[in-house]
Amino acid sequence: MFKIAKYIILDIIRSKVLIAYTLLLATICTVIFLSDSDVIKGLVSITTIVMIIVPLVSIIYATTYYFNAAEFTELLVSQPIKRRDILLGEYLGISSSILGAFVLGVCLPVALFALSATGITLMVAGGLVTLSFTSLAFWASTKTRDKSKGIGLALMIWFYAAIIYDALVLLFLFTFSDYPLEKAMIVLTALNPVDLARIMILLKLDISALMGYTGALYRQFFGSGTGIAFSVSMLFIWSVLPVLLALKIFSKKDL
Amino acid sequence: MDTLIELSHIKKTFGKLQVLKDISCHFESGNIVSVLGPNASGKTTMIKSILGMVIPDEGDIRFRGTRVNNTFDYKKYIGYMPQIGHYPDNMKIGQLFDMMLDIRNCNKIPDTDLIEAYRLKSMYHKPMRTLSGGTRQKVSAALAFMFNPDVLILDEPTAGLDPFATEILKQKILAEKANNRLVIITSHILSESEELADTVMYLYEGKIKFYEPLAALQMETGEQRLGKILTRLLTEEHV
Repeated sequence: MFKIAKYIILDIIRSKVLIAYTLLLATICTVIFLSDSDVIKGLVSITTIVMIIVPLVSIIYATTYYFNAAEFTELLVSQPIKRRDILLGEYLGISSSILGAFVLGVCLPVALFALSATGITLMVAGGLVTLSFTSLAFWASTKTRDKSKGIGLALMIWFYAAIIYDALVLLFLFTFSDYPLEKAMIVLTALNPVDLARIMILLKLDISALMGYTGALYRQFFGSGTGIAFSVSMLFIWSVLPVLLALKIFSKKDL
Repeated sequence: MDTLIELSHIKKTFGKLQVLKDISCHFESGNIVSVLGPNASGKTTMIKSILGMVIPDEGDIRFRGTRVNNTFDYKKYIGYMPQIGHYPDNMKIGQLFDMMLDIRNCNKIPDTDLIEAYRLKSMYHKPMRTLSGGTRQKVSAALAFMFNPDVLILDEPTAGLDPFATEILKQKILAEKANNRLVIITSHILSESEELADTVMYLYEGKIKFYEPLAALQMETGEQRLGKILTRLLTEEHV
């Protein structure tokens, strides 16, 4: 398993896509920090960008890599290696490479310019979002048979999490505005890793008042230690559960 | 001659299409088996079932008598050469060989005959993505033979190889047979099967049409050439 991960990392490092991604993130962060002396504002801008780009790149890159390596996976399956170890090795290799890019591209500038509790929350949330979307990519890839369908499904997941989800939540809020929705909203947030991460950061930034009533509600729930623990563990589940499902599908998949 | 691989009542459906319809057979050591059949007759699916790449809906696969469905350990006795070998693009040939050695944890001395015969050492620094189809095929062949496996499964091994490379591969296959190994080959080139095979298996629409020693087939039909034998046997049924 670790050997496979090692070789995948070695392979990815030699490709240019992930280097470009790292440079893109690093440039965005550095430019934002340099152009605005207000560090907190900078962190907000970075959060907005990171919550769009990071999920997109993680899920698309991982899906593409999975399908490009399909024949290599086939070769590995014909070798005396457990199927479980093959897929976990691939997940480990791909996710740690993308995570590495995130660390270099975002965590490093943030640590240099804005090392604070909020900065660290951004790092943790971004890292977990990377893992969640790589994990979802594995689910999407094992679920579908060919590359175009896989990437299509991956894009749909991203589209859902980054854009459609908010609209659905708003619709839900309007429709049921006569009812107390506090608990339901917290559950709803947990269904979207991007939301979880975004709320975690915004709350740490102490601008939750901007988010109105629900913001106050989140502040009450998420702002406390248990709230942070809840969102971190939900994100953790998002990083593990799809891969476990993928493992289950993969163990019965014809190659 | 011991039975190495045994298939019993293997069935496999892809969607609505039944690709393997109750396949039962066994393969013995010291034997070269040529698996023939038209396109979509189930050759590759059968091979992939043996390798655990395709999981049959029903039936047992046994290796040296033990049931090996959904296990992986027996694969260390098998060398497989796929129809089209794809490897990580950025990896160099030398690294690929090192990686396979590393992953397989092989403590036996690797068999480098083909690496030498194909002069792959001089290309060790070339990344896989720059290789031609034929060279990839050579790499796949070298990998299949590298770990001194008891069973060799070659899926259309000579497609894309030049005549010299084909000849080298044929000699290697015959040498392995002499070492009491089992070699299973699928091929569309009849002259090649004729030259190598001891036993011929003909698959048609997911069933074994016949599985007999080449000599017996020649006796039966009174023909020497495999092409003619096949035409005889297959047209007789339709008349």
